[in-house]
Amino acid sequence: MKLITDFAPVPFARRQAVLGLMGLALGAAALVLPGPAQAQFRVEISGVGATQIPLALGKFKDESRSPQPLAAIVKADLERSGLFKTLDATADRLDETSAPNMADWRTKGADALAAGSVSPLADGRFDVRYRLWDVLKAKNQGGHSLVVPPADLRLAAHRIADDIYEQLTGDKGVFATRIAYVSKVGRRYTLLVADADGENAQAALTSQQPIISPAWSPDGRQLAYVSFEGGKAVVVGQDISTGQRRVLASFKGTNSAPTWSPDGRQLIVTLSREGGSQLYVIGTNGEGVRRLTSSNSIDTEAAFSSDGSLVYFVSDRGGSPQIYKVPAAGGNAQRVTFSGPYNISPTLSPDGKWLAYIGQVSGAFRVHLMDLSSGDVRVLTETRDDESPSFAPNSRLLIYATRSQGRDVLMTTSLDGRIKATLTTSQADVREPVWGPSVAARP
Amino acid sequence: MTHRFTTLMTTAAAAAVLTLAGCASSVKLDEPTKAPISSVPVDGSANSANAGASSTVAPVVTTPGTSADPVANLAKVIYFDYDSFVVKPEFTPTIEGYAKALGGAKAKRLMIEGHTDSRGGREYNLALGQKRAEATVKSLTLLGVSAEQLEAVSFGKERPVAEGDTEEAHAKNRRAEFKSR
Repeated sequence: MKLITDFAPVPFARRQAVLGLMGLALGAAALVLPGPAQAQFRVEISGVGATQIPLALGKFKDESRSPQPLAAIVKADLERSGLFKTLDATADRLDETSAPNMADWRTKGADALAAGSVSPLADGRFDVRYRLWDVLKAKNQGGHSLVVPPADLRLAAHRIADDIYEQLTGDKGVFATRIAYVSKVGRRYTLLVADADGENAQAALTSQQPIISPAWSPDGRQLAYVSFEGGKAVVVGQDISTGQRRVLASFKGTNSAPTWSPDGRQLIVTLSREGGSQLYVIGTNGEGVRRLTSSNSIDTEAAFSSDGSLVYFVSDRGGSPQIYKVPAAGGNAQRVTFSGPYNISPTLSPDGKWLAYIGQVSGAFRVHLMDLSSGDVRVLTETRDDESPSFAPNSRLLIYATRSQGRDVLMTTSLDGRIKATLTTSQADVREPVWGPSVAARP
Repeated sequence: MTHRFTTLMTTAAAAAVLTLAGCASSVKLDEPTKAPISSVPVDGSANSANAGASSTVAPVVTTPGTSADPVANLAKVIYFDYDSFVVKPEFTPTIEGYAKALGGAKAKRLMIEGHTDSRGGREYNLALGQKRAEATVKSLTLLGVSAEQLEAVSFGKERPVAEGDTEEAHAKNRRAEFKSR
């Protein structure tokens, strides 16, 4: 058996995956994962995509000596994307130094195989190693080593899932990203930051008054949000790692709907300081207020295009709330949505291709997706009370809130609407999800 | 009787102490309060045998309509029709009451909070609630109330008073509330 020793952390070459139409009609599958004791969410997947890559994956060698079930985290991430199904390779006791027989694995139905190990180090950190094999090409794709403190073991597993996802689909993974959302239990509101799988939720703010409209800064270090703690709506900015807060907008009347520009240098907020609800541009410390819209109607819910040149927003200047766009530097607004009586909550994909929003269809509020190049619109859900759609940073998934069985819940969907995952919690109503950016190194 | 005598003695002793203290330094008793109170002393000195008794308590009864808060007796909420910001005629007496109260108390400030029912988006409803609050403020400024005494704010659909998806609940939530600041 040949020992594989190439463990310098290497950048991974992307492989352009060829996803054939295999037509796997597997139907709905509910998948309850054996998460750690502090798990707040259960993940359920219903509906599958046209193809799923079979990946053989077993427990990492010695992972029981670490506080996190690394293989289960990787498996859950990949399966939640809907693009993978995993074959359990635990019995084969593989790790990154193994030389598995590719023909055997091909026979078992695997297209790819991943194996790894976890070793505790003398200083308390863990050395997490893994390797990916392309079974169809009988090729060793390379290995990776991550040395992390115990608190970052889940993050290490997410980064491994991201790497496997990238290598096998050609798209950037989003498993090592974070989401923010608001939870309401009775009269207590909490702004929470969690991993994209819903685990590891931590409270950024707890309040007896409503918290709404959280928005991530482009560098993932801050959240802006609306807090009613002072008796009216005020926009606050908060550094997530330090908890330091500052008021961004507290003018006369209502201050709301913050959104950051892609370069992180400005925010747009909705203010009623001059009457009505209008869009204003402000600096990252609330300075330099510049009015962007001037109408006698409601203008709110601004969202920048990914290149920062356009601002999409909601206006009822035409009689009912519809989505418009205006140049970020100011100018004439153009209407964007033309079907449906009520279209709100615009959000733009980072790749510049899509606009997602909430549109009313026969009385139900549903997530819609518009192809910005063609204007074609598709409805992605069949639920009735959807709100707050937000793109994953790879532009492949949307997170949104909806109502299911009497509770507010968070869900993700693929852009074709076929792969949906429910992140549910048993005790709280959860709403207002926003997907954080991909960041090179989390603080 | 004995008890009362003891009380009298205690009171007298206390008074003596106070007086002594008064000699030593100028003891400032409470300054007269600025609270706008008015009252009518009830005449309890009919029994002349009790005139000058130390244990007399003079009863006072407040007169109505002169309490400290000029808006205390006004309705706190007005309601709106679906998708509407029009202050309905049935609430004209309430608006007029506030206009009069605020006109007579220039230092008095009022926060008008607009609310919506639970249907529709959070931010759009925040803006609708703001329109209701501003319409209410306008109805007051049209009657001469100074804008500085008023602030229009919105809670959108975040503070329902009635839960549920019924028309009855929706109607109770579509409102503007008057809050003293």
